[in-house]
Parts: sequence; structure tokens; C-alpha cells
Amino acid sequence: MTITIDANEVDRRLLMDRSLAGRRAFTLPGSDVPEQSLPDSSLLREDVELPEISQLEVIRYFSVLSQLNFSIDTNFYPLGSCTMKYNPKINDELSSLPGLSDIHPLQPDETVQGAIRLMKDLQDDLGEITGLPGVSLAPLAGAQGEYAGLLVARAYHASRHDEKRTIAIVPDSAHGTNPASAAMAGLEVVTVRSDEQGNVDVENLRELVNEKTAVFMLTMPSTLGLFEPNILDITNIIHDAGGLVYADGANLNALLGLVKLGDLGVDICHSNLHKTFSTPHGGGGPGSGPVMVSSELAKFLPTPVAEQTDHGYVLSQPAMSVGSINGFHGSFSIVVRAFAYIKALGCEGLKSVSENAIIGANYIQSKLKDKYSIVADRYCMHETVLSAANQKKRGVSGLDIAKRLLDFGIHAPTMYFPLIVEEALMVEPTESESKETLDHFIAVMRQIDDEIDRSPELIFDAPHELPVKRLDEVAAVRKPVLRWSPEG
Amino acid sequence: MKTLDNHPYIPATAAERVEMLRASGVDSLDGLLGDIPVEHRNPKINLDTGLSEQELSELFNSIASTNASPSNGYISFLGAGSYQHYIPSTVRSILQRGEFVTAYTPYQPEAAQGTLQVGFEFQTVTCQLTGMEVANAGMYDGPTAFAEACLMSVRVTRRNKVGVLTTADRRLTDTFVAYSKYQGLELVEISPDITEIPKDLACIAIQSPNFFGAIEDVERLTTVAHSNGALSIVHVNPTALGMFKSPGEYGVDIVTAEGQPLGVPMAFGGPYVGLFACKKVHIRQMPGRIIGRTTDTQGRVGYALTLQTREQHIRRERATSNICTSTQLMGLMVTVYTATLGKQGIKDVANLCYQKAHYAASEIDKLNNFSIEPRGTFFHEFVVNCPVPPREINAALLKRNILGGLDISDRSENGMLICVTETILKHDIDRLVSALSEIGSSL
Repeated sequence: MTITIDANEVDRRLLMDRSLAGRRAFTLPGSDVPEQSLPDSSLLREDVELPEISQLEVIRYFSVLSQLNFSIDTNFYPLGSCTMKYNPKINDELSSLPGLSDIHPLQPDETVQGAIRLMKDLQDDLGEITGLPGVSLAPLAGAQGEYAGLLVARAYHASRHDEKRTIAIVPDSAHGTNPASAAMAGLEVVTVRSDEQGNVDVENLRELVNEKTAVFMLTMPSTLGLFEPNILDITNIIHDAGGLVYADGANLNALLGLVKLGDLGVDICHSNLHKTFSTPHGGGGPGSGPVMVSSELAKFLPTPVAEQTDHGYVLSQPAMSVGSINGFHGSFSIVVRAFAYIKALGCEGLKSVSENAIIGANYIQSKLKDKYSIVADRYCMHETVLSAANQKKRGVSGLDIAKRLLDFGIHAPTMYFPLIVEEALMVEPTESESKETLDHFIAVMRQIDDEIDRSPELIFDAPHELPVKRLDEVAAVRKPVLRWSPEG
Repeated sequence: MKTLDNHPYIPATAAERVEMLRASGVDSLDGLLGDIPVEHRNPKINLDTGLSEQELSELFNSIASTNASPSNGYISFLGAGSYQHYIPSTVRSILQRGEFVTAYTPYQPEAAQGTLQVGFEFQTVTCQLTGMEVANAGMYDGPTAFAEACLMSVRVTRRNKVGVLTTADRRLTDTFVAYSKYQGLELVEISPDITEIPKDLACIAIQSPNFFGAIEDVERLTTVAHSNGALSIVHVNPTALGMFKSPGEYGVDIVTAEGQPLGVPMAFGGPYVGLFACKKVHIRQMPGRIIGRTTDTQGRVGYALTLQTREQHIRRERATSNICTSTQLMGLMVTVYTATLGKQGIKDVANLCYQKAHYAASEIDKLNNFSIEPRGTFFHEFVVNCPVPPREINAALLKRNILGGLDISDRSENGMLICVTETILKHDIDRLVSALSEIGSSL
């Protein structure tokens, strides 16, 4: 029988299927100490089933796999609320410098003065940018930052013997981590509506606040890409009721140098360094989610916090700290990259980041809103939420459009989020992209809209040009295959 | 403050900005910012002006040079949750691939098959090492994986007391306490030689090798747990699994680990990656992302995120965890590391750690004023009982460019926890031993 080899087929065999007994990719040095006796053999194992392949095969396997990905380095990636901006290469280099990448987290403070000073300087910069001067870099991602912030809020109320405050008010447009973090912090989640302009329904909020309100969680700008125009009223309403205001800083890329959250009455916020501050997302992390609070709340911050004392820089535990939420001091090598980013841009550069991000998003919105509807006809901040409701009426969903975009080498926008927008496509271009790229995206989006009437099959079957076509995600759930096995 | 023009990270020119603003129907940026209260707009931000790349490089090199590290002549015997291992060139090389580094979470599987297949390989490696049936695509770090495992045992058993062995690292229990503060749970400390446990425990959580470096009797403790309807959770050191029996062989229900020893730099504590594996029966209670194999419309193999109804973006406040962005890139490092070391290399590195640590322990034990605390079989960490508080010993070692072991006098009188990995040469161990000898005799 002749086997036909498909010229376009990528070899997707797993490492274990490429393994051949006796091959090696690496050798270790021999032991240079006198032989020590081994423990009782009943404690020891035979083999670990790891692959046996050559060094070239390791490199080629992973290199070829990498080429199956879209990434910022290779594609426009307008994924809303994810801030897929350029990740400067120098930052990767700096974070892997000897003296930063090879220091142990439990070294005595006096042997890591440079590292702690860097943390302190970044804390100060983030405090300055947000107007919330108490900062801990400990949280390992946005969701941990949220959780840490909520622990701070609870500790604050507890310190005032005000423990009946067990409700978190969350807008219906919020990211899923907000209610999930609130639940982890033992808070009951109450949802406040958005009005037809996409703002928090202030009257509804007034009805919901009471003596049990612990915290109001607000994404700034909102997941609709809108700046909340009633923010000063909102923070007053919450404060008058004795609650605290938490700002989810996932969208901080819109605010640098334009407004400080602390000035608006926000008490607590977090920032995703892997969004606004350009650290690479890594295909799903590592992240870093520093938490920033008002001076009054600083004593509750998670440990550690970097401080400058008469004896130099130290890592310390705040007086009434909510404790340690992970192993060591946070994502240090991400912190290094974010600090390098701030240093490279400086005060004026950071402001320019937000200005250009906002200009780009509004440009896209203005060029597409005749084809794709928007929630309210108003200017957006750094992202715009388009709706494919008109396209849906013609038989094509937001998902179909997202998949068709992939054929043009453009990553899909965030789909079906926020939940309150029908067929939502959330587009965030970021300041990194040139006008030519934005124009190309606009042209492609308009062409796809045309295709609905001319050649809809192009859209229903998309993507056509990728390593795989649409995947059967239902089958993946029904019969989960989650690892290699010898049976295949 | 004037707007900066033409920063290398921002391509739009002044003319293009004007053009885009006009297309949007405004004359200036302020026209787009009407929703920001005018009295708070454009505040003064007290930051320095931006640096060129060369200045940046100089600044960070000077910061890095002030830290004591192996690269500037220090030898370190610190472990306790973060370990110095040799990282093969393959790991560093693949980590240069921007296609991996600058991708987002694989929400569009057709455009993320590289990330997804690597994640599937990572789950496979986690299972092969731990001897477990299923694994997720990674947690933030070891301690958060451990804390999530304890919370998962509560969900599975519907009991609210979590038993943790007294020999576990306090970083594990502290993280659990922070994670469970408002869950109405109780932490119960359990002695390693316990034979009976309260009937209402959700789990016995064991660290093995434990904080002091010693191997626990996982088999017996697992039997005790199971005979009382509790789960058995084991937090392992993955390097030790190149040598010691896997938790899977003992019937353990959930296994967690700090993945950092498998190719991830120490980097002052992060980012790392938590390994998380369990029995298949508990899969729908697992936290975090899971990658599954499936097929496309033409029957070709592909990978996608799966079982997502456990997660926060679907289930919101009823999710198994709030975790979203995790540590996929560290998972890639672990996957390249284990593929590179392979079946033989993982054994070799474990054996080298064992040999060198035991040599160090036997040499230190010969010294007059120092002794090794007897705690049974150990892997690559052990406790030295010092004649004076360890901080005094460490101060004297530091003068000799040696970062001594961790001062654990809060847990063991004058105890110092020493770790020796394959990166430490015999010559370095001998330097430590003679330094301790000198310091001891000068007391």
C-alpha cells in the first residue's frame, strides 16, 4: 500500500511519539563527590516516562509549534481589554541579566539591595500614576490583585468593627474574575445595571447601597471602553454609605497621565503589568497584578512591601497585613520589565501611550460604526465594543466574523464580552499599531461585512488559512483527552 | 507637559494623529475626553523623562551588579521553595520565540495551536512525573497550587476542616490561610506519625520532601486519610521525582508542586509555575485552565481549552477558582526542560542532587560544633544544628562570599536549612565545610 504524504501537513506527533530508546538531548556532568549510599529501594522509582529525543529534535519541535501561533511579534492582535501592545525586547534582555535572574528570594536583604530598590521605585511610580500611594507588587496576576484588594477592603472594615459589610456591588459589564474574586473573599455579589448609554445606572446603584455594602468594584474605563462620566457621584454614593471603591485597572492603558484614579475617589485598584506596562503575555501568563491603595489602607497590604529605611532597602510586612497570597515576593522578572518600560517612556511617553491608544480606538470606531453598531454614539477610550447584531440578522455571528478575521492574519477581537452587548466584538488596537495597520483592519472588517451578502460560505467555513479549521470543542468536553497515552 | 512625539514604541506621527482625530469628528484629543471630570484631567505626574535604550541598559546593569549572585562570585546553599539548577540552552533558546512569548491566552484555538499543544505536553509531563491521571495547564506557583488543592478537597468532600502536616513549609499554609480566610474553613495541624484523624477532615495535606528536606511516609498517611473519607494531597519537589516513587503509586488524590526547579530561573521569587494533578474522577472540581485534544471539521487533530464551565469567565462567582492569567510561559520552560533532560537526564539530575547533598551533610556532621538533625531519609535539603544562632554563622559566611542556608531557628533550635543541587561543585561544598569549621572553632 502506498502512503500519500500531504505537502501541507504539519507533523503534530507528540514528544512521546517521537521518542526512541537511547537518544539524548542533554548530558549532565559526572558526580565529583565520593559515592553516597542510596535510600531503601522501596522508596525509589524505576523510570520516569519522559521522551528520548535528540537536541535538534527538541529545538525543531518547539520552533515549528511556535509557528502555529498568532502573536504580537507576528500579527495585529486587537483583543479587547487585553492590551496586546508591543513588548519591548530590551525588557526581556534586562530581566534576564545575571544579578536579577539568578538571585534567590530568601537572600538576606543586604545582598539584594538593587532588587529591592527596583521594587520600591516601581511601587512609587505605580502609586504616582494611579494616585494611590500604598503599593504591593505581590499579586501574581490581575485576579490575585483583585483578591488582594478585596482582602484589604475586608480588613479595613474589620478594623472598624464593621463586619456586617459583606456585599460587593459589581456592574453587569464586569469581567468574570470580579465576581469570582468577591466570592473567594466571602462577599455576596450584587449586580448593578448599566443604563442605555453604557454607564452605571446611578439610580439603581443608590437603591443597592446600604450598611452592608463592603465594596463597589468598577472597571475603569468600563469593559465597554467607556469612561464613567458619573464617577464622582458614584464614589460619593459609595463613601456616604461607608463602603470602599475598588477600580479594576485592567484598562489602565487609557488613563496614563490623563487622570489619576485616586483623585476620583477610588480607594483600591490593581494594574495588570502584562497589559498596560507591556510585559509579554506568554500565551497565558506569567502576569503580575500589583495592588494600589490610599495611604489610609496601606497598613493592610499583602506582604511583602519594599521600603527604604535608614539601613537601606528592606522587604517588610505591613502592620495589619492581610498576609501572604503566594510563595515569595511576586513576579519579580515581570516587575523588572514593567519598570524598564516606565523608565523608557517616562512621564511624557506614558501620557502619549494613552493618548495614542484612545485616538486609534476612536478612529476605528468612527470608520466602522456605519456597518457594526455601537452601544451608544459617544466617544470611547482605548477600546471600542462593536456589535455584530446587524450581521447576525443576515445570518452571520460575531464568532463567524472573528474566525474570518484570522484568515487575514488578524487576531480576533474579544468576543461575546461584555455580556450585555449582543454579538459583542471588543476591539483594542493599542498605541503600538500604525495607522496603516488600523486602516487595513478597517478595510478587512468592511470586506467581511460585504462577504455576508456576496459569499457567506467564506465566513461560515473560516478560518481557511490556518493550521486547523474550526475545532470540535463540544467533543473535547464530552470525552476529555487531556494527556498523551501509549494508546494514542 | 508637552506630548512626546515619535517614541520608538509609538508609531503614529503628529500629522496622522490630526488626521485620525478629524476622522473621529474632533479637533483635538480633549474632544474625546469629555467624560473625564475636567478638574481632574491632565494631573501632574511626578516621573522622570524617558531614557534611551542604551541608558536603560546601563541603569539596569548597574542595579543588577549590586546584588550578590552566583554570577558575581557567590555560592548559595539556599533552597526552601526556590532552587538553583542548570538551565539547558534549549530552554533559553525556545524562550526567545516571540510567537510563544507574545501570544495571548489561547481563546482562538485555530490561531494558538503552538501554545495549546505545548500546554497539552505540559499536562502530560505533570502526569508522568507525579504518576497521576490528569493535570491542568498550570497554576501561579507551588504555594497557590497547594492552597487551591486544599480548597478543592473541601469541594470534593463537603467537609470544612483542612489537615496539614506540621512538617510543611509555612509558605504553603500561609497561602492557604490567605486563600481561605473567608471560606469558613479550619486549618488543623497534623503530626506526621498520626494514626487516627478526626472524621470530619477534608484532607491530609503532606509536603514530601517536607520543609526540612525529609521524605514523608506518604503511603501510610494516604491510607489513614482514605480510611476516614478524607483526600490525600501531596506537595512534591519535582526534581525528587526523578528518583523517589511518585505520589500516584501511593494512591494520592491530588498532587501539587513548585515547577520552578524544572528550568525556571530563581529570579528573586517569580514568576514560577504551580503543577497541579489529580485523579480523573475529580476533574470537574479542578481549578485553572485545562487543554484537551479534539479534531477540526476535516478530522485533523487539534487542541483547545476545555471543561471551561468550571472557570470564572463562564461561571463567575460560582467558579472553582478566580484564576485567569496563569503561567503558560513557565509551563513552556518546564516542557522544554523535561524534553531536553529526557528519561535519563531527570534521573541524573536527581541523583547528582542526592549525592552532593549527602556528601555535604556527612562532611558537616563530622565537624565538632555542628550536627545534622536526624529526620530520616532526605533528598537535597537537610537541617544543620548550629552552635550559635544561624544568622551569626551566615553573617560570617557572607564575608567569605557564601550565602549560607536558611535560618530556620523559629522551627528548629539554631537550625539552618541547607540545600545542595547539581550546580554546586565538590570544591564549593569543601569551601563551606572548612568555613563552618573555622567559624565554629573561633567561637
